[in-house]
Amino acid sequence: MSSDAIVRRSVESLDAFDFGTTAAVAAPPLAEARVAIVTTAGLRADGLGRWSEGQGFVTLPAAARDLQLAHLSVNFDRSGLLADLNVAYPADRLDELAAQGVIGSVATNHLSFMGAQPDHTLTTMRLDTGPAAARQLLADGVDVVLLTPV
Amino acid sequence: MSALAHIFEQAGLATVGLSLVRGQAERARPPRMLHVEFPLGRPLGRPGDPAFQHRVLDAAFALLARTDVPVLVDHPEVIVDESDAPLACTLPPRHDPSLHPAVDELIGLRPAWRRRFEATGHTGVVRFGGADGLPAMVEALVRIEQGAPWQDSGLGAPELGQLAVELRTFYEEVALELAGHTPAARQSESWLYRETEMGLLLRRVQAALKAAEAPRDAWFRFVPTGQPPA
Repeated sequence: MSSDAIVRRSVESLDAFDFGTTAAVAAPPLAEARVAIVTTAGLRADGLGRWSEGQGFVTLPAAARDLQLAHLSVNFDRSGLLADLNVAYPADRLDELAAQGVIGSVATNHLSFMGAQPDHTLTTMRLDTGPAAARQLLADGVDVVLLTPV
Repeated sequence: MSALAHIFEQAGLATVGLSLVRGQAERARPPRMLHVEFPLGRPLGRPGDPAFQHRVLDAAFALLARTDVPVLVDHPEVIVDESDAPLACTLPPRHDPSLHPAVDELIGLRPAWRRRFEATGHTGVVRFGGADGLPAMVEALVRIEQGAPWQDSGLGAPELGQLAVELRTFYEEVALELAGHTPAARQSESWLYRETEMGLLLRRVQAALKAAEAPRDAWFRFVPTGQPPA
């Protein structure tokens, strides 16, 4: 069995917080949308290489490419990201889509959270840091978010 | 990640996500999710392949028009990791038999790491004094392997785990340089853990930490799930 198959089997049935209903906003036409990436890869742009924000987030300037992977888990492939950030953080691909007019524009900043959270109730994220991240994106005029894991 | 989708939609942002673990997306019920059966760590599929990555993004963005949420769609392309086929990499010969084999190996690999750093201007090896500081840190791991209490290493439990990750990053950057191409998913990880002295040391230190009943923070990042224990 491959490593990923073993890991998937171990995390497939982990508890997920029950939001009850699924809210959904009507997206604008893609060609008019301002798009941000929000990744849970634990990427950061400050050169520290260490995640100290818990359920918080860090801001990644959209032009930044010298990012460090500070994710706490070791159970995923890291070589792909080392070779090409776009394989989990498609900032160059978004820039290309904006240049082609496929999307309206790219956000000023993208955001990074830590995906490996031992507290599955995610209380801080639900009540504080998640809404704060949303406000930051809305203040930048973002209307579409692309969520990427590792 | 699914929780963020719920939170953002409640705040007025339209979201679409890439899912790597289907069962989690099924239970969390985020509004729009494209499940990609790709290696963990590679949700856009193939590094260095913009055309492939654009196909994934096109499929994801196509879901934005859907209002019959929750929507969970499977991307038709599948990629499986190749952890069972370690990368073939030539290791440098031993230089100093007086050193622990893992320390000697690490020192021998530094020129390859440096070539990659100079070529790309980027490295994830940023802690513990960078690549030049790692040999001294490995000596601390050798002492734990040889029976010294981990508490005497000068490193706290989380720092020990971070050191293991730092060494893995160093070796995976070296692997990219030595191989000259981007390996399939998990191949360089398997090279480290199955073919190198450092992999053997990391597995032995993990076993020593577990035997000493060190906190989980200290040992769980030494060896990924799926790699053989010591």
